[in-house]
Amino acid sequence: MPTRAILSSTTSSVTDLDLIDPAARQARPVATGAHSALVSPVDIEAREVAKTFGDTAIFDGVSFRLARGEAVALVGANGAGKSTLLRCLMGLIPVSAGSVHLLGEETSAAQGTALRSLRAQVGLVSQKHNLVPRLSVLSNVVHGFLGKSPGLRHWSHMLAPDASRSAAMHALEKVGLADFATRRADRLSGGQSQRVAIARAIVSRPKVLFADEPCASLDPSAGEDVMELFFRLVKDEGVTVVFTSHNIEHALRFGDRILGLSNGKLQLDATAASLSPSDLRGLYD
Amino acid sequence: MTDLSPARLERPSAVSFLGYTLGLVIVFWCLAGAGFSIDKVMSSPPRFADFASRAFPPNMDPQVLARLGWKMVETLQIAVAGAVIGVILSVPIALVAARGLIAGPAVNQIVRTLLGFIRAVPEIAWALVFVVAVGLGPFAGMLAIVVDTIGFCGRFFADDMEGTDKGPAESLTATGARKIDVVACATIPAAMPAFISTGLFALEKAVRSSTILGLVGAGGIGIELKVGFDLFDYPTAMTVILMIAVVVIAIEQLSGWARIRIIGDQQ
Repeated sequence: MPTRAILSSTTSSVTDLDLIDPAARQARPVATGAHSALVSPVDIEAREVAKTFGDTAIFDGVSFRLARGEAVALVGANGAGKSTLLRCLMGLIPVSAGSVHLLGEETSAAQGTALRSLRAQVGLVSQKHNLVPRLSVLSNVVHGFLGKSPGLRHWSHMLAPDASRSAAMHALEKVGLADFATRRADRLSGGQSQRVAIARAIVSRPKVLFADEPCASLDPSAGEDVMELFFRLVKDEGVTVVFTSHNIEHALRFGDRILGLSNGKLQLDATAASLSPSDLRGLYD
Repeated sequence: MTDLSPARLERPSAVSFLGYTLGLVIVFWCLAGAGFSIDKVMSSPPRFADFASRAFPPNMDPQVLARLGWKMVETLQIAVAGAVIGVILSVPIALVAARGLIAGPAVNQIVRTLLGFIRAVPEIAWALVFVVAVGLGPFAGMLAIVVDTIGFCGRFFADDMEGTDKGPAESLTATGARKIDVVACATIPAAMPAFISTGLFALEKAVRSSTILGLVGAGGIGIELKVGFDLFDYPTAMTVILMIAVVVIAIEQLSGWARIRIIGDQQ
């Protein structure tokens, strides 16, 4: 059964579920997902974004606006294009059609220094932690400054300015790993590695944070801890968060808003409060 | 009962048969070109025994041993200096040769072709070139080792960097880091175990190469080997051969031990 049909059939538990279809989107492009986008500054805007790899279309016609401070869960089955969409939003890969505006700048048009300046206001937490294994925990966190302050001084904690070292230690303190500063990153557990990755992502105080299945490689308990910590830290700072997740409970609990990708389309854009787990299961069929 | 099992040997197709035949012809053509002779193979043991009887016992005269020992030290100096400089210079060259790092595909291809050219020319030929350029002596040998090491390490370092996990680099790129910062902070540290392993192989190769560079006047113990054979002083030549064997085996053992200590420990 198509996702839209499944979602439509669950309206008993949905109050303001906003199912997207092309006609509705064209009729009221700003109101998709509605909510705070109308009153707060918009940090991310996707306009009719499409992505293809060769002849394979991943998604198309994806449009939404994310307001400052929103926590948005991007959900969908394997291969739905969640991670690809995330990379398009960050400008890591080009969109095939449409445009992405990040913090008021069009990422698809920005290049070189302009694109790097834009990315310097962004943090990324990946599924596999993506720490540099042979370096110390503190050096990995200091690398979080490379966007805002490029060059040799942030290649290692040994070369870093005092302010950066201090900020990195403070970030490690926030994630509870200050005592692990000099330990090699490849000697940490999965949960500890992900917490260091979070420290690296928040150390330069980004305006927008992207998290690509941040607890997918962790056991349920460690995953829970990491998600709690991540959202406690970013909510305090008023950071806009976009995260992908296969965990429906996490999506509903940590996201203010849910975007659902299925069959190459944005099939769902609704507040988390208006949804129940059964509303999202259709996206995975 | 009907036997349904397939034939033990499949009859080759005409094209396969032609290919096998052509391969055999090429091998025999090469053997002919190389002057392969069963008669010479059969007659060589007595000659080899004659050489061995004249070469053994090796020359163990203390003065000769001291002279050869210093030449061996010079050989190792040529090898270590050449390999270290070559490895260091290989890193920036490999950065430009590696696809998807800091240079575009055209530059990658040009640098890889140049590295291929360097590898295609044997170190003894480079030594001849440098003897002409800088004169006889160990400096010419060291330069030959440097160039040979760049050809070897430049290519393998580039491959090592291309093969690293792209995750850490992507995470840094996503936060606005420049390409050079991403390479320095993510790619090179990730490739470092492979760099160390390749560098140690380069050192072993340099030690082996440096023992023969003296044949063309580029320093090292090779000249003693040449003089020993030219003067039919086989005991001294045998001493040189044994010294080379001992030193090369020792360096290989040391390199293997260092590889396990450094890389094994880090893994």
